[in-house]
Amino acid sequence: MPETLIFYLLSGLAILTSALVIGQRNPMYSVMLLIASFGALAGLYVTLDAPFVAVAQIIIYAGAIMVLFLFVVMLLNAPHEDGAEWDRAHPLRQPGVGRFGALLALLLVVQLAWALLRTGSVDVPVTGAVDAETISSVRLVGRTLFTDYVFAFEATSILILVAMVGAVVLAHREGDRG
Amino acid sequence: MFHSSFDAVVPMLCVALAALAVMGAEAFRSRGETMPVGGLGIVGLIGAAVSSALLWNRNAISFGVIVADNFALFVTITLVIVGILTIMFSSPVVKRDGLPKGDFYALILFSIVGMMMMASANDLLVIFIGLEIMSIAVYVLTGIRRDDPRATEAAFKYFLLGAFSSAFFLYGIAFTYGLAGTTRLDRIGAFLAAQSMSDNRLILVALGLLLVGFAFKISAVPFHMWTPDAYEGAPAIVTGFMSTGVKAAAFAAFARVFLSAFEPFSGEWAPIVWWIAVATMILGTVVGVAQSNLKRMLAYSSIAHGGYLLVGLVAANQVGKAAILFYLLAYAVTNLAAFGVIALLGTKNAANDELRDYAGLWHSRPALAGLMTVCLLSLGGLPPTVGFIGKWYIFSAAVGAGYYGLAIIGVLTSVISVFFYLRVVVMMYMSDQPATVVFPPVSTVGMAALVASIVVILALGILPTPVLNLAAESIATIF
Repeated sequence: MPETLIFYLLSGLAILTSALVIGQRNPMYSVMLLIASFGALAGLYVTLDAPFVAVAQIIIYAGAIMVLFLFVVMLLNAPHEDGAEWDRAHPLRQPGVGRFGALLALLLVVQLAWALLRTGSVDVPVTGAVDAETISSVRLVGRTLFTDYVFAFEATSILILVAMVGAVVLAHREGDRG
Repeated sequence: MFHSSFDAVVPMLCVALAALAVMGAEAFRSRGETMPVGGLGIVGLIGAAVSSALLWNRNAISFGVIVADNFALFVTITLVIVGILTIMFSSPVVKRDGLPKGDFYALILFSIVGMMMMASANDLLVIFIGLEIMSIAVYVLTGIRRDDPRATEAAFKYFLLGAFSSAFFLYGIAFTYGLAGTTRLDRIGAFLAAQSMSDNRLILVALGLLLVGFAFKISAVPFHMWTPDAYEGAPAIVTGFMSTGVKAAAFAAFARVFLSAFEPFSGEWAPIVWWIAVATMILGTVVGVAQSNLKRMLAYSSIAHGGYLLVGLVAANQVGKAAILFYLLAYAVTNLAAFGVIALLGTKNAANDELRDYAGLWHSRPALAGLMTVCLLSLGGLPPTVGFIGKWYIFSAAVGAGYYGLAIIGVLTSVISVFFYLRVVVMMYMSDQPATVVFPPVSTVGMAALVASIVVILALGILPTPVLNLAAESIATIF
């Protein structure tokens, strides 16, 4: 019973935040709400016994990709508060863009409906011989990472270090050091 | 001697530690104090060379993915030579151009770590990580002169196209993993040996994507577009480093992946590589003739040399495989020395890399003109230099494997390329017009590096047998 409650809570949160994302004037708020939406989705993955997917969702989507989004938003200096100007110049006000968006949304609905109808007719249970524990267990992922792929894992640290050094070399101000 | 499961990573560990030491020394020095960071780097590289020599014939494997077979060790030692020469040529350049000293050497050393990883990896994932370590360091080195718009543009182009090609390569790895269920080269080879092309067309997709990734790094036609711009824009010594080190590492990984894991499908990839080799040799030579900038000319020459190396890969007999290794070493020393001369003749505000700047060099700098002549003759493949032996060996491998067409095209393009190398020589000696450029005084360290590389070029050109035997021995043990 509590699982059902959590499911509705997280689903409601995901839907609510997603709806709010497209309703914001300030793109910075949109980005923040999108992070909340991703977080709610990650919670849903946990309830589905897929902790690895949940963690990957947070690290990759809510972490790396959203940081990239934030950078783009800040670089474009978009969050200006002039509401009327924003409304007039907003790309979604262009009729062509609006129609294209509507078309995409319609396609998505059709695709989802088709997928749902198909799932109804497939009677093989999704969890077959392998149980959830073996498919996506943090322990197994960790063990593989630190045995078969341990060298690749350690070598990645050099890669990240080189990237950091490179970024500092290219970005630092002249005359920082004598 | 003490043996452990870490043996195979010792050479790259030496260089990585040297890079960290360089960064640490530079970070904690007090203002105005100078640190011998170049010397630290050379110590690390010598450590790598010594450990490689100790590991010779031992076939050490670490973590299951790093193999120190003789092939990897031969390439590692080639990379050590590239690294030491680069550091020696850089020491006057870094001072002259006011480059961030610690960062510059640390990036060179880290890049060499990535190259060594590529040369000795037995796993596609590790090859990819090595490739990225190498590439990211080289992107930054290309644009390290931020006051030079040409360098910034070159770095940006190189970075964007390089990231694009990395994606191709990664996609190829993903497809291979999807088919074989592993990224280890030996297991992929075993899986593919049991397959035939009609079983799974996706193998061709994986093969093609990996081929594009490698072809970009060795700047084979038609994936060479970035090369002239990146080579021209980067500081001369960085160009020398990336045209030799990057090419050697990428070729080593290329040869290992295609001659071990994808060997069962050589009937599929050999014709494609045949065409790439022909296009690369012809384009590199023909377009190279028309260049007026020396760095740009050497960029096209480096494309053409990639084509000759591909001939060895297509021939893929015992002679061909050994010829690749020998040619990599020969080309690395020669090309680095040529770029070293350009680097030593440049100044902070004038690169002095146009062809006309070299008119009458014989009168103002006779020693440098003489040394440059030896480099250019070796690049053109004239005896008694190492370039002649390398080319002769590659083409005889092609003939031995029955690829007469490749050998003929190779010889013809070499003859054409001699024309543009000799054009520089003629300019240096026979021009009577007074020199218009003022060359800086040449540093002792740079001169020492230059003389050392010329000695290697001539010594290997006259007595190549010991190194040829080493190359043949190192290839025989694995493929």
